[in-house]
Amino acid sequence: MVKPQSEPVALQAVLDEAGMARTVARMAAEILDRDGDDVMLVGIHTRGVPLAARLASALKEATGHEVAVGRIDITLYRDDVGPWRPAHQQPVLKKTVLPKPIDDRIIYLVDDVLFTGRTIRAALDSLIDYGRPKAVRLVVLVDRGHRELPIAADVVGRSLETTLQEDVQVRLKETDGVDGIWIGREV
Amino acid sequence: MAVESAAALSGKDVVGISHLSPGEIQLILDTAEELLEVAKRPIKKVPALRGSTVVNLFMEASTRTRFSFEVAEKRLSADTLNFAASSSSVSKGETLFDTARNLMAMAPDFIVIRHPHSGAPHRLAKVVPASIINAGDGINEHPTQALLDAFTMRQTFADLEGLKVVIAGDIRHSRVARSNAFLLDKMGAEVRFVAPASLQPVDVEELGVIPFLRLEPALEGADVVMMLRIQLERQKRVNFPSMREYFDFFALTPERLDLAAGHAIVMHPGPMNRGVEIDSGVADGPRSVILDQVTNGVAIRMAILYLLAGGRSEAASDS
Repeated sequence: MVKPQSEPVALQAVLDEAGMARTVARMAAEILDRDGDDVMLVGIHTRGVPLAARLASALKEATGHEVAVGRIDITLYRDDVGPWRPAHQQPVLKKTVLPKPIDDRIIYLVDDVLFTGRTIRAALDSLIDYGRPKAVRLVVLVDRGHRELPIAADVVGRSLETTLQEDVQVRLKETDGVDGIWIGREV
Repeated sequence: MAVESAAALSGKDVVGISHLSPGEIQLILDTAEELLEVAKRPIKKVPALRGSTVVNLFMEASTRTRFSFEVAEKRLSADTLNFAASSSSVSKGETLFDTARNLMAMAPDFIVIRHPHSGAPHRLAKVVPASIINAGDGINEHPTQALLDAFTMRQTFADLEGLKVVIAGDIRHSRVARSNAFLLDKMGAEVRFVAPASLQPVDVEELGVIPFLRLEPALEGADVVMMLRIQLERQKRVNFPSMREYFDFFALTPERLDLAAGHAIVMHPGPMNRGVEIDSGVADGPRSVILDQVTNGVAIRMAILYLLAGGRSEAASDS
């Protein structure tokens, strides 16, 4: 839910590549502490998908076990597409892939930035159409506040104090060629 | 991929393949690819079109296309209203436009129309703000059928460019053949029309296809063989001596299919007349993708509804 930029912004680095690697390792440890490795990680398109893969490899490194990893596209569940609001260009659909039935499993939804909470609401609705998990937890790399729905993350990489005008940018090697987190401020 | 996908559909309607750009065709096919998965879920329904209304206005007999649209609409959570010519006031003499104006009073977001008159959806699109989807108009176009056919071809061949596609049967009366010819030409495939001279379309050269009067030479090296049914309901006089003779010269039999490329697939938009244009051994054989076409049709119609939902507000305000 990052707003398109109309003003020029100056980017300020919050986390670099090494910092991100440490943060992801710590997040994996928190998942392990809480539920062990019998969980399924489900990344939300776009950047939640590589993040889920990174968490899975961190979990494997720690335990030696493969963790199930899926990905979910929430486009068809969004509250800002469809005929009731003008949106000339519909978001491009991506694949939802869940490697095993989600019934009675602990599911960790993975996303890059937690902001209004609307993406997570859509992801929960979508997930529940596939079955009845034992529990759904939320992992985010950045929690930037400003929730519009009663949603909270269980595992957080970084909590950032932001204003609504600021733009939080997570970039990952898999999608953007570089690892890091930046905050954009209006010049 | 040969053709770059467009970012959005440019118009509020999908009335014919002739109005779509190659990029728009690619966009619809790519979107349908993702929507195919919805049918494999335990709950085969997504809320994308929740709260929107679709009127299915079928002024001509249809089972497959009407069901396919209805399933697509329901899987996207739209509300559907079905109007069939025989059970509505159309049979009491109301004109298409009066019917449409009355329907608009119910504020539908989409009208899916099948009509015996060529051009009816195009005219309707000009007078109503709803998005019009052509489900077949006279002998003009059947765009969703051509799109699902292209989608089915892509499942086997990945790219449409350079494919050799044989379309055989009652081409003169076939909107399926016309829409397929438009689409395949835009996407760089080669189309071969096979029919007796009496059933070739009058504008065969303008369509950019190669006409054949016999099936055998056209089948040589073909990647796709699409058989069409004889549309007795659209013919005032009979254009060939007998069904038996038609079968002898034009039906797709296992022996004839052997003339096509080894990887060739067999398609039919339905309804099939077994023993007239297609032998049962071919229709039910391993190279038949006829039932895949039906499954894919739902995903294509979902894709069009989804994509039009995004563009409607802006496009409608232009008119």
